[in-house]
Amino acid sequence: MLAWKRLSRSKIIWPLITLGILMLFNLFFTPNFFRIEMLEGHLFGNLIDILKNGAPIMILAIGLTLVIATHGIDISVGSVVAISAGVVAMLIGGDLAGNPKYPIAFAMGAALVACIAAGMWNGMLVSWIGMQPIIATLILFVAGRGIAMVTTNAMVIWLYAKPFALLGQGYLFGLPFSLYIVAFLLLATYLVTRRTAVGMFIEAVGINPKATRFAGINARGILFWCYAFSGLCAGVSGLVVCSTVMSADGNNAGNLAELDAILAVVLGGTSLNGGRFFLLGSMVGALIIQTLTTTIYAFNVAPEIAQVVKALVVYAVSLLQSETFRARVAGMFARREVAA
Amino acid sequence: MKARNLPILVTLALFLIMFGGGSLAFIGFFSVQNFLNLFIDNSYLLILAVGMTFVIVSGGIDLSVGSVLALSTMVSSSLLAKSHLSPVLVIPIVLAMGTALGLFMGYLIQTFNLPPFIITLAGLYLARGLCYVVSIDTIAITNEFWKGAAHATVNLIGNNFVSPSVFIAVAVVLAGLFVMRYTRFGRNVYAIGGNEQSAVLMGLPVNHTKIAIYALSGFCSALAGIVFTFYTLSGYALHGKGMELDAIATVVIGGTLLTGGVGNLLGTVLGGLVYGIIQVLIVFQGTLNSWWTRIVIGFLVFVFCLLQRIFETGKSAALARERAKQAPKAQASS
Repeated sequence: MLAWKRLSRSKIIWPLITLGILMLFNLFFTPNFFRIEMLEGHLFGNLIDILKNGAPIMILAIGLTLVIATHGIDISVGSVVAISAGVVAMLIGGDLAGNPKYPIAFAMGAALVACIAAGMWNGMLVSWIGMQPIIATLILFVAGRGIAMVTTNAMVIWLYAKPFALLGQGYLFGLPFSLYIVAFLLLATYLVTRRTAVGMFIEAVGINPKATRFAGINARGILFWCYAFSGLCAGVSGLVVCSTVMSADGNNAGNLAELDAILAVVLGGTSLNGGRFFLLGSMVGALIIQTLTTTIYAFNVAPEIAQVVKALVVYAVSLLQSETFRARVAGMFARREVAA
Repeated sequence: MKARNLPILVTLALFLIMFGGGSLAFIGFFSVQNFLNLFIDNSYLLILAVGMTFVIVSGGIDLSVGSVLALSTMVSSSLLAKSHLSPVLVIPIVLAMGTALGLFMGYLIQTFNLPPFIITLAGLYLARGLCYVVSIDTIAITNEFWKGAAHATVNLIGNNFVSPSVFIAVAVVLAGLFVMRYTRFGRNVYAIGGNEQSAVLMGLPVNHTKIAIYALSGFCSALAGIVFTFYTLSGYALHGKGMELDAIATVVIGGTLLTGGVGNLLGTVLGGLVYGIIQVLIVFQGTLNSWWTRIVIGFLVFVFCLLQRIFETGKSAALARERAKQAPKAQASS
């Protein structure tokens, strides 16, 4: 009983229950949903697919969790994904024989540098110039896709350099390689935020930036680096996306990714009003979204229509986070008790 | 010259410089028709921007406008081509649908105190998804009235002409100007944007006004969708992709403060013209691809947001100086 009380108070339980319900639904209605096969030393199956396809969103969600914890938002991540894919594709080049124009490691490094710079730009606008986060990141949201298209000359670039495919398509010890990237980033972020005071500083900035500054913490610096980190995560996510399809399409790479990632963070229990954040919750949130998508596809619904379902989920989650809504529902129950 | 008109003057100067520069650099750029074309090509954007101005002046934001535009092209083309309804019925249905969507979002935002950004972002995906529910493919419009509206031209002075869409856009702008300046609703919008809490304490109908603002934006989006079909004569789920940002950019370039409370529809019109002239300049220039429009717009939004911040800090600094001046006097008198 005591254990249950502690568990229900921890925020992670609600996303886990949501994920559980989705899984249970699939257990009954989607045939072979839980079957996992071993083919040529790799694991295959719906569950593995969910993890693999969810990886780009999970990576984005790690960075966004910190940004949202500061009471900010970064809607430019989708465009930054496109920039990352564009830069890496231009530097590797579409050589049919698969010989990269520049070394692959250099190309990836350059893409990440570009994305960190994009994140720093956002961070600078928010922290030093003091723009609202929505507007500050809106600028790159608009211009970013333009930059990506100009980098690739508005063409879709196909890549044939085999080693680059490892990121998005490769396997290591039977599991998709992208999962190790997620795990590494998650662990690193966890250690930095939870094993040092940085996490607490971020939460402090999210709750009251002024008081944080008076307490002697460099609130602006914290804000700045959170956005820069979000840019880095978007860059890594872009590399994985680009490697999965072995092409860079400035128009479609990372399209709508910002909503999925924000939704993942919010589903995971981090409030859009800033403050406490839950990295693991965001990961579960990303898995919920991916499971939802996979489930919708399993019922042969057009992928575009899945947006309607996602929008309804956003409305439901926002309502649950609204104190007015909760008070009203509670009020309804209270009145009923009085009536009884 | 009033200080609050300064941003509009900046936009006006920007437009004149761009138009003048284009006229000097390119042959055939300077003509009345080229100026009128700005209105012809951007009439739907102007209509969207009018609704968006109301939302932004009230301190909110509406990201759903592009998708609602697409949905209204979809619904109108589907009703015309598949259900063979008469335009007399189709237009009110589409307008009612857009208004209802805006009303729904406004209700959620106001009643449950939810962030407009998230609710309208979800609205963006909802409307876009509903487009695909109507049809995945493009639906062509063959209705005679629609074709007439699409091809009709009205001659103005000399050989210069405008399309009927321009009249709709100008009518919307004039109506918007009147509502914003001379009606109770319009003044309430400014009051809410200036300070919502004060507006509540003053006894203004904040709840109804805010919901009505989003409904108005939904109405404008639906109307813009109908005007948009006059250009394309088709309904397609990808119409108006990213147009919400064009509309926001237009409003911001027009000098409306994103923090709310300050803004002017005339500025928005100028913002729309600046937006249009950038596209025309890129077309005339010839070697840059159209994606440069996005980059330039992003850059302009940045510059204008930066200017706004400078104005704000300048204003608060002036206020602080004023207080510092008065403080010793107050002490002396007490």
